Amino acid sequence: MKGVTINMYSKALSAAVNGIDGVIVTVEADVSDGLPIFELVGFLGSEVREARERVRISLKNSGYRLPAKRITVNLSPADLRKEGTAFDLPIAIAILTAFGYIPQENLDKTLFIGEVSLNGEMNKVSGVLPIVYTAFRQGFARCIVPVDNVREGAVVQGIDVYGVKNLQEAVKFLNNESILEPYYIKKEDLFFHEEEEDELDFSDVTGQEIAKRAIEIAASGMHNILMVGPPGAGKTMLAKRIPTILPELAFEESLEISKIYSVSGLLNNSRSLIQKRPFRSPHHTITAAALAGGGRIPVPGEISLAHLGVLFLDEFPEFSRNTIEILRQPLEENEVTIARLQGTYRYPADFMLVAAMNPCSCGHYPDRNKCNCSPNQVKRYLGRISRPLLDRIDICIEALQVNYKELKSNKPDETSGNIRKRVMKARNIQLNRYKDENFYFNSRLTPKTMSQYCKLGKKEQMLLEKAFTKLNLSARAYHRILKVSRTIADLEESEIIMEKHLSEAICYRSLDKKYWEE
Amino acid sequence: MTRKEYWFWLCNLEQIGLKKIRAILDYYETPEQVFHERGKGLDRINLLTAADKELIIKSKDSAGIQEKYAKLLSKGIYFVTKEEDNYPSKLHNIYNPPFALYVKGSLPKEETATIAVVGARNCSDYGKETAEYLSGELARAGIQIISGLARGIDGYAHEGAIAAGGSTYGIQGCGVDICYPKENFNIYMDMQEKGGILSEYGPGYSPKAFNFPMRNRLISGMSDGILVIEAKEKSGSLITADMGLEQGKNIYSVPGRIYDRLSAGCNNLIKMGAKPVTGPEDILEDFFLNYENSEKELKKNDKLLETKEKIVYASLSFLPKHMNEIAGETNLSIMELTEILMDLELKNYIKQIRKNYYVYIS
Repeated sequence: MKGVTINMYSKALSAAVNGIDGVIVTVEADVSDGLPIFELVGFLGSEVREARERVRISLKNSGYRLPAKRITVNLSPADLRKEGTAFDLPIAIAILTAFGYIPQENLDKTLFIGEVSLNGEMNKVSGVLPIVYTAFRQGFARCIVPVDNVREGAVVQGIDVYGVKNLQEAVKFLNNESILEPYYIKKEDLFFHEEEEDELDFSDVTGQEIAKRAIEIAASGMHNILMVGPPGAGKTMLAKRIPTILPELAFEESLEISKIYSVSGLLNNSRSLIQKRPFRSPHHTITAAALAGGGRIPVPGEISLAHLGVLFLDEFPEFSRNTIEILRQPLEENEVTIARLQGTYRYPADFMLVAAMNPCSCGHYPDRNKCNCSPNQVKRYLGRISRPLLDRIDICIEALQVNYKELKSNKPDETSGNIRKRVMKARNIQLNRYKDENFYFNSRLTPKTMSQYCKLGKKEQMLLEKAFTKLNLSARAYHRILKVSRTIADLEESEIIMEKHLSEAICYRSLDKKYWEE
Repeated sequence: MTRKEYWFWLCNLEQIGLKKIRAILDYYETPEQVFHERGKGLDRINLLTAADKELIIKSKDSAGIQEKYAKLLSKGIYFVTKEEDNYPSKLHNIYNPPFALYVKGSLPKEETATIAVVGARNCSDYGKETAEYLSGELARAGIQIISGLARGIDGYAHEGAIAAGGSTYGIQGCGVDICYPKENFNIYMDMQEKGGILSEYGPGYSPKAFNFPMRNRLISGMSDGILVIEAKEKSGSLITADMGLEQGKNIYSVPGRIYDRLSAGCNNLIKMGAKPVTGPEDILEDFFLNYENSEKELKKNDKLLETKEKIVYASLSFLPKHMNEIAGETNLSIMELTEILMDLELKNYIKQIRKNYYVYIS
């Protein structure tokens, strides 16, 4: 204890993750006379309670001798439940400061996160990105994180992020005994390197003109889409290529997605920022909690991991009913709320739903040479998808089996790049139109806003009326057709919705009334 | 008790079917005599078991029978026995005719030609269209359409006839007060206005699979000709056709492509001598009825269409075609095509029989 004065009280700052945002947590340490006990308080999860052993032993193994004093560490706010292992580092630093190894003023405007192992080395933790982002927003000057997380943290520009290998390095750095450079990534670098990985392209899909067109419309207006077709028609192939025609991610969008991935522990130094639109295709055995997010300590589910991208549900009717019905609220509100005893968690979930299914259990209806399902069986199969869910799907198309002639045809298929240009144009028109609204896409139009933005001329109204009686359409179909025709008009850069836009939108309406309408 | 009520009693004894009734009536002359049998007369009928005899004796509750019969009438069900004049005379000529029929609606007219339209339950869209079209045209020409009110072809045949304003009769394998299958409820109701529902089973008798082949003998028996629209190689519709053949009826069959499984039965019938039917006139000529072709009118209209519309119209046929295929054949873009298809549909040139599948209207 030579030259070291005991401060008795100290505090270090850290943060916890709540939803996908960070909450600053103050770690206070106090050293006083009494029995040599190390106590940790502040509404802690079991991982945080175990930090006591990890911190004590790692301090010893890093060469810091702790005098026999009573140590109390408090994590505040005390009403927020703290989970995870990221508090190891701030606890260790706070204790060392209390014992005088580090002057308190050196901890100013510094945020610590990291897990320590028994020998004092730092292990990576999840949720670094949202925490660093919060630190930046709250005016911190620097963050000290495990070296394995440094790229992820450094994505946030405007704050110094230092990666440390072990406890000693952190202490030396804080005491200005050694120099550490903040990790810095150029924004441009982040965005370049993954480009060439993109091999998927819409030109790989031969034929399927209607499906492609419908997907283009869906992507333009963020409409949810359902593809019905026999096995091998190319539904999955088409769905996988949808992200290639969606606009490229803006930095803010990218950061938002990355925050979700960071909380889920899916980021690392080689992939520190999500640069491509997510494409998630969970298997149909997925549970409700895995789809929507959940668990005792909630983590984001597939729908949040698909945020700003595509959620592809293949074999739609095979998903368990409970699982699939969970989609209703997120589809409406674009976020998912998970309530737990400790609090309510919100995860963003603004995705484009792409569902694919067979028309019947054998998959070949209405080809009667292959399908022997009775009308009732077909009805039952389709009936597994509930009406309210279908109401949230604007576009429905059939993908047909591609015949040999189409496969052989030399007609060049359009590339994703070309389609993306049109999609971007249509999206810009929408952004412009809805600049005073709280939504950006045609698919989010409500009946009220629809009357304002989807005005129809006399001729168009007549057409719609005739088509309705002819095709036995329901009132629900009316709104969906209007929304889709608005997007089709936007794709053609037409100010008004014309007859041809309506005709086309009607073709993408939901499957036959007989099967799905009451 | 009236004579009819005695009949009603005899025909409604559980466990006592057609064979046993025939045996009883071979011995006694009328149901009334059976009812009033006090001695050991029933013992002479070998077919009857002890339980049957006990049932017959126990059920002789005239007040109860009268009440049941009144209830039947109040439900709008008409009860007709074999000995009455309005019992369908064609049924006298078949093997094992029923002793009585229950009717909701009316009985087919004796003097009018009647065609039975039968086919697969799990039919194709093509079968559906054909059934609706042929039975519609036949009904319009004045022919009565009868069928079994089942799913698939049967139902569509009834629907076609009703839509054409003709009369159509359904023969059920269960009581006439039961609609089976339920999804045909609309047809079931309409048919009581534009024809009738017939059955040899009493009210409340639930549908049983083994009764359906029995029902087929009535369908063929009450018709003058049987039209099979879609049938697999082994199909209940072929039983009807076989029975019809035994009963000396004309057999008509709609030919199909040789690879279509649903046409295999029909093509086999043609091989065995059934008349192939490619239009309503093929049937009507046998009944000396003239067929007025409504198609001529349409052909004139054809000239009113624009070039592109003509191309699309020409690419369509009776076989349902998906929009994707039409787009491939006509080389039109989806945007153009959807507009043309909608236009043609609203002008009544084509019809969308399933979402995005089109046929032309003849």
